[in-house]
Amino acid sequence: MIPRWVAAVAAVGALLVVLPLAAMAARVNWADFWTLITSESSVAALLLSLRTSAVSTLLCLVVGVPLALVLARARFAGIDLLRSLVLVPLVLPPVVGGIALLYTFGRRGLLGESLELAGIQIAFSTAAVVLAQTFVALPFLVISLEGAIRTAGTRYDVVAATLGARPTTVLFRVTLPLVWPGLLSGTVLSFARCLGEFGATITFAGSLQGVTRTLPLEIYLQRETDPDAAVALSFVLVAVAVLVIGLTRRSRSAL
Amino acid sequence: MTGYTHRGRASARIVAAGAVGLLAAGALTACGTGPGTGGTADADDAADRTLTVYAAASLTSTFEQIAEEFEATHDGVDVELSFAGSSDLVAQIQQGAPADVFASADTANMDKIVTDDLQAGTPTDFASNTLMIAVPPGNPAGVASLAGLAGDDVHLVVCAPEVPCGAATERVEEAAGLTFSPVSEEQSVTDVLNKVITGEADAGLVYVTDVRGAGDKVEGIEFPESESAVNVYPIAALERSAEPELAQEFVDAVLGQEGQQVLGDAGFAAP
Amino acid sequence: MSLSLSAHLPERDVQVDLEVADGETVALLGPNGAGKSTLLAIAAGLLRPQDGRVTLDDRTLTHVEAGRTRAWVPPHARQVALLAQDPLLFPHLSVRHNIAFGPRSRGASRRTAALEADRWLDRIGLPDLGGRRPSAVSGGQAQRVAVARALAAEPRLLLLDEPMAALDVDVTPALRHLLREVLADRTVVIATHDVLDALLLADRVVVLDGGRVVEHGPTREVLSRPRSAFAARIAGLNITPGTWSADDDAVRTTAGDLVHGRLHDDGGGAEPADRAVPVTGTPMVAAFRPATVSVFPARATGSPRNSWPVTVTALEPQGDLVRVRAGRLSADITPQAAADLAITPGDEVWFTVKATEVDLYPA
Repeated sequence: MIPRWVAAVAAVGALLVVLPLAAMAARVNWADFWTLITSESSVAALLLSLRTSAVSTLLCLVVGVPLALVLARARFAGIDLLRSLVLVPLVLPPVVGGIALLYTFGRRGLLGESLELAGIQIAFSTAAVVLAQTFVALPFLVISLEGAIRTAGTRYDVVAATLGARPTTVLFRVTLPLVWPGLLSGTVLSFARCLGEFGATITFAGSLQGVTRTLPLEIYLQRETDPDAAVALSFVLVAVAVLVIGLTRRSRSAL
Repeated sequence: MTGYTHRGRASARIVAAGAVGLLAAGALTACGTGPGTGGTADADDAADRTLTVYAAASLTSTFEQIAEEFEATHDGVDVELSFAGSSDLVAQIQQGAPADVFASADTANMDKIVTDDLQAGTPTDFASNTLMIAVPPGNPAGVASLAGLAGDDVHLVVCAPEVPCGAATERVEEAAGLTFSPVSEEQSVTDVLNKVITGEADAGLVYVTDVRGAGDKVEGIEFPESESAVNVYPIAALERSAEPELAQEFVDAVLGQEGQQVLGDAGFAAP
Repeated sequence: MSLSLSAHLPERDVQVDLEVADGETVALLGPNGAGKSTLLAIAAGLLRPQDGRVTLDDRTLTHVEAGRTRAWVPPHARQVALLAQDPLLFPHLSVRHNIAFGPRSRGASRRTAALEADRWLDRIGLPDLGGRRPSAVSGGQAQRVAVARALAAEPRLLLLDEPMAALDVDVTPALRHLLREVLADRTVVIATHDVLDALLLADRVVVLDGGRVVEHGPTREVLSRPRSAFAARIAGLNITPGTWSADDDAVRTTAGDLVHGRLHDDGGGAEPADRAVPVTGTPMVAAFRPATVSVFPARATGSPRNSWPVTVTALEPQGDLVRVRAGRLSADITPQAAADLAITPGDEVWFTVKATEVDLYPA
């Protein structure tokens, strides 16, 4: 039973999200759509976005899974503070994240100078895009995985250990398979967040076609001169996001 | 023009804006447009006439000063300033935003207003701006001329060709017969300046006014080819203004001696 | 493999010493909260005592002195398997892969582990369930699989924590039978509050109460002559060993008496039709509660088929009743009846019990 007024407010909420998307779709210049989205700069931006988002998501998994595990299971002084700090990018304006990254990995940043001495230059490179995306997307993975690990508890891990499985074996054969739905949704959220990342990238990584100019940056730039192209690319971005989330939901319900 | 010296309130603000980039730019814009409380200084609470001026972001400090003087000489008038990228302002005016005066950073955007016949009278050029090489203090990469930017060993940041300063950069490149390979093509001149201030870039192409506004955070290097890309700033009263006379008076103030003095002090050249 | 455990854990008020000989099965009996699970967790390396030492053969698994760890083998390296009352089969793995988990963790190849799992599936009588998910098998089957999974890991010590507690009563005999079969010759500690588990599975009983060992000894001795309050409460059971006599359809005791009763299947088959009647000579025990025993001055003339002459050795109060002890057997009767009979130690009386009150188990 859903009270009628709840349904009404829910409809308003849904409209709030759907209406702008529909309004944008209505503005798409369908006659030139294909030409607009297959221009050299558009394709370069889309490919760069997909590539960097994939790498960033992988990076999120590599560092985020251990982080989530530690936050869910380890007990040490300051863990609550650590959890709050790790989740900060969730509420931080991405541009602030970009500034923070700049002061860390920039040429004159905390680590940047040493990195430059070692011959590694992050500023203005695709690596900078990946760092920016990972920075903003990591908490999405950590938060959903940490919750799943807590909910799953440690009973099965204990059984696995008494059966002779080493901690690493337990992690890969028991812990992670048991939190698979949480891991999957966290991964998808992270990927989607990477795909949409703008503020930190433009602040930290710069903007150069094929190197650092991802789809959101391309949209923002096209808006200056070619609003039609901006709208068409926005539509592509929405379509990719809907596709990714839809596929995940399907594979989750199949579990 | 050599050996810039910079001081004063306005330049400090621009530096701050450069340091925190878009965020601060947004905050400044918000300051200038607070409805009701608006205006810059000495706004009489009894003000019964309000003039809304839309101006390109690069005009922030100069127009604040001009508006202040305008209010001082016009009793009961409150000037509300709205600063943003010229193309954003045009889009807002086209959507019916209640602006009385529009000052653009380039003729292209003013042309859009003219095409839609939204102006009152003919737009008048009131200032011009040229490009300058900005380098971090001490010029670590040892840039000496425009040609020095063409090498791969210099981290050059420019504006994207889609935005006015980028278009100017392309013209300069052509005139000098050079091909730059920038590490980044930024969205706005503020972003370029910011990359130079933070030392991420060895050099950037920005406007003379930006270099002057940045104080000692950057050093400016002039180059003769800048003459081939003079950016002209036009201003016009708008047709839908509820205060057409006042709007025209503000335009006159910008074009007048005091307005030109303020603009000149900030590094703008005559049109 | 012999286990030697000594542990002091003040925060749970546990102070216990436990020795288990090679191949011996020891039942830890005790009420809830007595410290049984704590003891198993210490042995498995899931819990660190404040002071204590756990040794399996010559290998020190745990050695803690005043909170300082001197030696510590992590759970996975102890070769100590723990089976809880909840089977906890990994829900994402098939039954076969659950059993193969231990061998795989030991480094066996996928194929070897699968073959081993199939051997275990045969042994636990579930050869066709290998491909099923744990969610698709019954509770009793799941616990059998859990037993197989634990043993397939080839533990040197097996710990069972109330393995029957979560099961329906009608499937416990089958599991008990399986355990009897597979626990033989293994070193096992089984925590239980069910006296039958102790009786049928254990060689020796250790009774825990309030975190201390209050009693220990050979199972039947402890159960028939309980000295601790808890043992008395759950035990006090009359237990008579003997062998099955097919001709009499009864258990013949070592004294030559026949004991009729309800034959409890040893759980060899899942269906009643499959249940095998023991062959003559099968070791059996008969168990019945003292309260079901009637005392007569002479042989009863009525229907009870179980009636034996005994010599009263002691009379003691048992709550509102009087416990009449006669050697290994005892009967609880009302003070009124005791007065009517005027029993004193040394008297010869007849103990009589209905066959329906006697449970017969293969021993």
